[in-house]
Amino acid sequence: MNNKTVKMDMKQYGMFFALIVIYLVFAILTKGANLTPMNINNLIMQNGYVVILAIGMLLCVLTGNIDLGVGSVVAVTGSFAGIIMMDYKMNMWVAIAVALLVGLLVGIFAGFFIAYLGIPPFVTTLATMLMGRGLTYTLLQAQTKGPFDQSYNFIGAGFLPVIKIPFADGTLDLISIFVAIAASVILIFSEVKSNATKKKYNFATNPTWQIVLKLAVMLFIIWFFFYKLARYNGLPFVLLIMVILIVIYGFITSKTVAGRQIYALGGNRKAANLSGIDTNKVFFWVYVNMGVLSAIAGIVLSARNGSATPKAGDGFEMDAIASCYIGGAAVAGGAGTIVGAVVGAFIMGILNNGMSLFGWSTDIQKIVKGAVLLGAVTLDVLSKRKKG
Amino acid sequence: MSDYILEMDHITKQFSGVKALDDVNIKVKKGEIHALCGENGAGKSTLMNVLSGVYPYGTYEGDIVYKGEHCKFHNLRDSEAKGIVIIHQELALSPLLSVAENVFIGNERTSMKGVIDWTETRRRAHEMLARVGLENEDVNVPVNSLGVGKQQLIEIAKAMAKKVELLILDEPTAALNDEESRKLLDIMLQLKEQGITCIIISHKLNEIEYVSDSVTIIRDGKTIETLVKGVDDYSEDRVIKAMVGREMTNRYPVREGVEIGDVIFEVKNWNVYHPDDEHRQMLKDINIKVRAGEVVGLAGLMGAGRTELAMSIFGHSYGQKISGTILINGKEVHLKTVKEAVKNKLAYISEDRKTYGLNLIGDVKENMTIAARPFFFSKNGVINANDEIVAAQEYTDRVKVKTNSINQVVGSLSGGNQQKVVLAKWMLTQPDILIMDEPTRGIDVGAKYEIYCVINELAKAGKAIIVISSEMPEIIGTCDRLYVINDGEIAGEVSRDEFSQEKIMQLIMAHQRKGDGNE
Repeated sequence: MNNKTVKMDMKQYGMFFALIVIYLVFAILTKGANLTPMNINNLIMQNGYVVILAIGMLLCVLTGNIDLGVGSVVAVTGSFAGIIMMDYKMNMWVAIAVALLVGLLVGIFAGFFIAYLGIPPFVTTLATMLMGRGLTYTLLQAQTKGPFDQSYNFIGAGFLPVIKIPFADGTLDLISIFVAIAASVILIFSEVKSNATKKKYNFATNPTWQIVLKLAVMLFIIWFFFYKLARYNGLPFVLLIMVILIVIYGFITSKTVAGRQIYALGGNRKAANLSGIDTNKVFFWVYVNMGVLSAIAGIVLSARNGSATPKAGDGFEMDAIASCYIGGAAVAGGAGTIVGAVVGAFIMGILNNGMSLFGWSTDIQKIVKGAVLLGAVTLDVLSKRKKG
Repeated sequence: MSDYILEMDHITKQFSGVKALDDVNIKVKKGEIHALCGENGAGKSTLMNVLSGVYPYGTYEGDIVYKGEHCKFHNLRDSEAKGIVIIHQELALSPLLSVAENVFIGNERTSMKGVIDWTETRRRAHEMLARVGLENEDVNVPVNSLGVGKQQLIEIAKAMAKKVELLILDEPTAALNDEESRKLLDIMLQLKEQGITCIIISHKLNEIEYVSDSVTIIRDGKTIETLVKGVDDYSEDRVIKAMVGREMTNRYPVREGVEIGDVIFEVKNWNVYHPDDEHRQMLKDINIKVRAGEVVGLAGLMGAGRTELAMSIFGHSYGQKISGTILINGKEVHLKTVKEAVKNKLAYISEDRKTYGLNLIGDVKENMTIAARPFFFSKNGVINANDEIVAAQEYTDRVKVKTNSINQVVGSLSGGNQQKVVLAKWMLTQPDILIMDEPTRGIDVGAKYEIYCVINELAKAGKAIIVISSEMPEIIGTCDRLYVINDGEIAGEVSRDEFSQEKIMQLIMAHQRKGDGNE
């Protein structure tokens, strides 16, 4: 027998709720324009790089810091890839390898200053931001480099193989539907298994109705997205990259020693040190990781644009940081989740997308995004205060 | 008008349905020093927060009568305007600002609107300092250049500047050594002569006995009784009885059935220099030995170098140019990092749990397992979450942490329970040698007793234990043998049959005279 129950983590679910509400509001405002299959596809393709950056940024935010340099690293890595392909006529694999290597080196550079010389991350990454942007303009001689080969562009704009059948007034991709079925099965199976384990160890579980509700919402979101994608061109390659990164980093942050050490460091650095955690090492790897993820985002962005431009990635650092905070990460560090950061990125994306469809200028969009960020963090802080 | 300056009647305060204070009554006479006593979590601080308006009028039930007037404070400012000033346990000073500026922080001396009159500020600051016995201090130096004891007195000077009539001190001596504490208590007695009423919250019963005129004891949110000096039995034992609700005949549980084995931990010729000054030697030729099942004390005055010794041993966490050898089970080990120290079965429980021991925003489980995780709860870097939950649950019960669940955030636990979490964290690393630095600082009598029981249990299991404590009764009550450390050197070794406070003090004094003679 097991009567132990725990309360639902309202913070996490509240974010999903906000995501759905914002989406529905824009569905009404745009008279359904944001519900079209093409728009759903755009939503994923346009936000792919912000999601990738938000994942890396979350680790920085967990340490209680940020990385201001990611937008510039996106530009630098993209321009290296462009130069390799366009000027040296080498193939895309070399370009990808060089871009990743550049990201790694920038990460090592920043990580070294932050972790081993004790330079505050804000200052170090402000420097990499300026240096990276300057380097990009120098490399590209302030001009756009392109167009790239289609095989490279596939990374940012391509789709996974499809099996299309006629459906209603268009087509339906069976692969997307299969993946949706597989995702549903995995989701239900893992939930059942985790509950069985909890019961076995006699741990507290959520009440059944909450589990069912949670699953229903998750399944609805999965099916909504995949159905829409199936009605368009199938699954974007960017989605695959995103899912892989979310799974890997979700696992690292919740289930590995290294991941939990980041939380311990963010919660109390001195205590973490005296618990046998090499906090310098943790800091170093967090920033090296950010460099590599910025490179991946740089490749995806340049592939989607089919070119490298000096202004690429301008302001991405702010979107990534905002995503983490909207997703419930603590500004002082030590608290936050990958899923939260991804949902935060999508909230930003849906806002951008909806406002564009509605015909609002990017100037107005910035005002709204700023207000949403402030509102989300204010709500979070106030809700904590009430509990205390 | 009655001779009571303050009457708090039938105060009840609830936090989301839980009664933190339940019909509490306290009466403070004008011009007396009134002590407030109780275990951690009994509700003393909550009561003082109600009084000072931190919990505004309307959020509690009951009545506050101050100088014959019914008070409805909405914030700290309201109560300060009436002359009630509270000094919290944690110092509220801005470390880099000058002494004078700190004395008048939030209460600045101005000439014109908003422009600070520095001459007036310095002159008045000097006056205030004189009233707390610091007339020789330079008011222009930054506050952090003074010791903690003086900083605490500056807090009082700050209160004086606000024309205080009722001064509340929340554990003012928690971070002070005996000498500094004594000075502070004497200042309190001087303030009493100047007509200021004081309420003091303290765990140190000898201080309460020394300084206060009456004591109110609170237990589980209820007033138990008020004792008056010269009328009631005012002994420590009497107060403890009221606090814990039972007679504590023995504050230190007897250790039985422990076999003291071979020497398993030895430090030889240990020399350490100050981390910021390579010419300043902090520890000189320290030699200590601990046997299996033995509890060895490190006694000494504050700043003698005991914490520095422990931290320099524990993965070189303190100091530079460290030399000397450490032997564990007769074999030399090199413990250059904390990780190596933990791997070699060494544990260090810091004196400052909030700064060095805990992740206050993390939950009980996370805090308990963080140090042991790489060794016991993971495989190839992947955590076994279920094992962790089982272990955290087991140790929560074993060291008796009072918590809703292992998922409760540690910052919301009382001091005693936080200390138990730190203890459990290090027990989970399965150490053979435990260094406990002030293991019972700032925690109540009941929790202290439970921690002593854990120490006994560990000794019984054959662990070597080093206890660092500034409370001499504690070190005498818990240890089998002790080293007296003074000025970075071993001043002497005392075996259990020679234990006494006098003996320890004699060794310290003799060593200090020797040191002075050499210079």
